[in-house]
Amino acid sequence: MNSMISVRGVSKHYETARGLVRSLENVSLEVEQGEFITLVGPSGCGKSTMLNLMAGLLEPTSGEVLVDGKVVTGPGPDRGVIFQQYALFPWLTALQNVEFGLRLQHMKKTERRELAQHYLDLVGLGEFAHALPKELSGGMKQRCAIARAYAVQPSTLLMDEPFGALDALTRVNMQENLLETWQQERRTAVFITHDVDEAVFLATRVVVMSPRPGRISEIIDVPLAYPRTEEMRLSPEFAELRARVWRGVHHHAEEDAA
Amino acid sequence: MTDIKAQMEAVSISDGSRAPGAARPKSQGKRGRDKPLTWLYVTTLVLGIAIWWLGALLGNNVLAPTPPQVVESFIEGFSDGSLLMNTWASVQRVLIGFVLGVAVAIPAGFLMGWYRWARGLLEPWVQFFRTVPPLALIPLVIVFLGIGEPAKIFVIFLAAFLSSVLATFQGVRNVDVTLINAARVLGAGDGTIFVKVVIPASLPFIFVGTRVALGAAWATVVASELIAAAFGLGRMMQSASQFLDTPRIVVGIIMIGLLGFVMDRLLLLLERKLTGWQETR
Ligand SMILES: Nc1ncnc2c1ncn2[C@@H]1O[C@H](COP(=O)(O)OP(=O)(O)OP(=O)(O)O)[C@@H](O)[C@H]1O
Ligand SMILES: [Mg+2]
Repeated sequence: MNSMISVRGVSKHYETARGLVRSLENVSLEVEQGEFITLVGPSGCGKSTMLNLMAGLLEPTSGEVLVDGKVVTGPGPDRGVIFQQYALFPWLTALQNVEFGLRLQHMKKTERRELAQHYLDLVGLGEFAHALPKELSGGMKQRCAIARAYAVQPSTLLMDEPFGALDALTRVNMQENLLETWQQERRTAVFITHDVDEAVFLATRVVVMSPRPGRISEIIDVPLAYPRTEEMRLSPEFAELRARVWRGVHHHAEEDAA
Repeated sequence: MTDIKAQMEAVSISDGSRAPGAARPKSQGKRGRDKPLTWLYVTTLVLGIAIWWLGALLGNNVLAPTPPQVVESFIEGFSDGSLLMNTWASVQRVLIGFVLGVAVAIPAGFLMGWYRWARGLLEPWVQFFRTVPPLALIPLVIVFLGIGEPAKIFVIFLAAFLSSVLATFQGVRNVDVTLINAARVLGAGDGTIFVKVVIPASLPFIFVGTRVALGAAWATVVASELIAAAFGLGRMMQSASQFLDTPRIVVGIIMIGLLGFVMDRLLLLLERKLTGWQETR
């Protein structure tokens, strides 16, 4: 199969007052078309750095990142990004937010409206099309951000802890909602999380990272079928996988503390 | 920088509105507190006038103006048209100087915030002149612009410009990087980001700066009319002072206070309308 994202021997270093910070050190990863990758690991292990490199918001110190066979030189509408802080434009309504990317593609007004409304419906925000972000709850804001990223129909979705600020119940709903949308359109997805349960529930593969220097320590396949259900979360298979991911994260976190 | 912050806070405290990002009173609590406040406003006004009156009557300074004398002076000023003429002259100067100042300051502030070279070129001058009161420049301004209208307007322009340029600059610097990144990943280029993200995102700061600039313009107009003005509230007060006509001076003070207040409220209304999208945290 074809690699959608190729990270090839990538390092990202920062010169700081306290010396050189090696956020990523010689990291390689192949993500196939249609895969759902989750990135887990202790804080500061370079997850966001990796995602931002894929998004084209950062440049690698060495190595290269390819998306769809082309070297990434900057951000582009082929890669949708969903940020932890929602990043909705507060002066635009939900609908106008979703339309933002479509407008940049010079889509006609009626067509644009329709498509934006379609994606708002898809994330269950159809009735809040004309609400301002300040009138939406955290979960609604995040769904709006998802609709905005989806509307430009990127081949890849990059998500940096998008559900980090949500309560447990909303979070579970959002996970199901996200998987549903992902399955319908089958895009490639890279998703950062701190939550081991979430990492396993969403992923085709869980990538475990460890810090100082940031690197990939383990990649765990998740051979569970889609659609994933709440019952699956309770299955022994799921528990087993969760334990493996947890050990992976914990082990390296401990190693780091020692 | 700390100074502009302090100015912003001063503005926000004085009228109950808030600096960008600062907490705004919840609308719920507001309703409960608004009504008694209206009565307190009336009470303090009546009380203030009463104390002034008593003070004027009890003190044995013949020049101390009493409220009826001031009202009389008001009526006199209105009926002979001099008050309106003077007011109009000052308002005109304030408006021209203020509008020009803000109109130049906003693009300049944007340039400073967006381009490093613009910041490098402009910031030293702005920082330097900010510490010099515009009034201190009057003698020099007279040398270059003479004693006519341009000199007066220039001083007001400078005061408005200096108050507003740094606020705009700060606004641009404070635009959330995630919003810019969000636009970039949706396919926006630099120009689009500037128009669609940076400008709206810095509006709250710009408004704070604009209101400070209006205050500065009024503060400067009276003094600017010391430069051989034929008309103007400052001029009126100055000549009243020469004739020991103290009620007239109070009339001038009241007019300046009222006009400044009304213009500030108009700006506040516009601000509420254009930046109502702000999160109420
Ligand atoms: N601009 C920067 N300058 C210096 N160091 C940086 C910079 N950005 C990131 N780093 C460092 O790189 C390392 C990895 O950061 P990154 O944000 O990728 O971590 P993360 O895995 O996303 O952490 P978290 O889970 O807390 O979000 C950290 O040690 C961080 O201090
Ligand atoms: Mg991070």
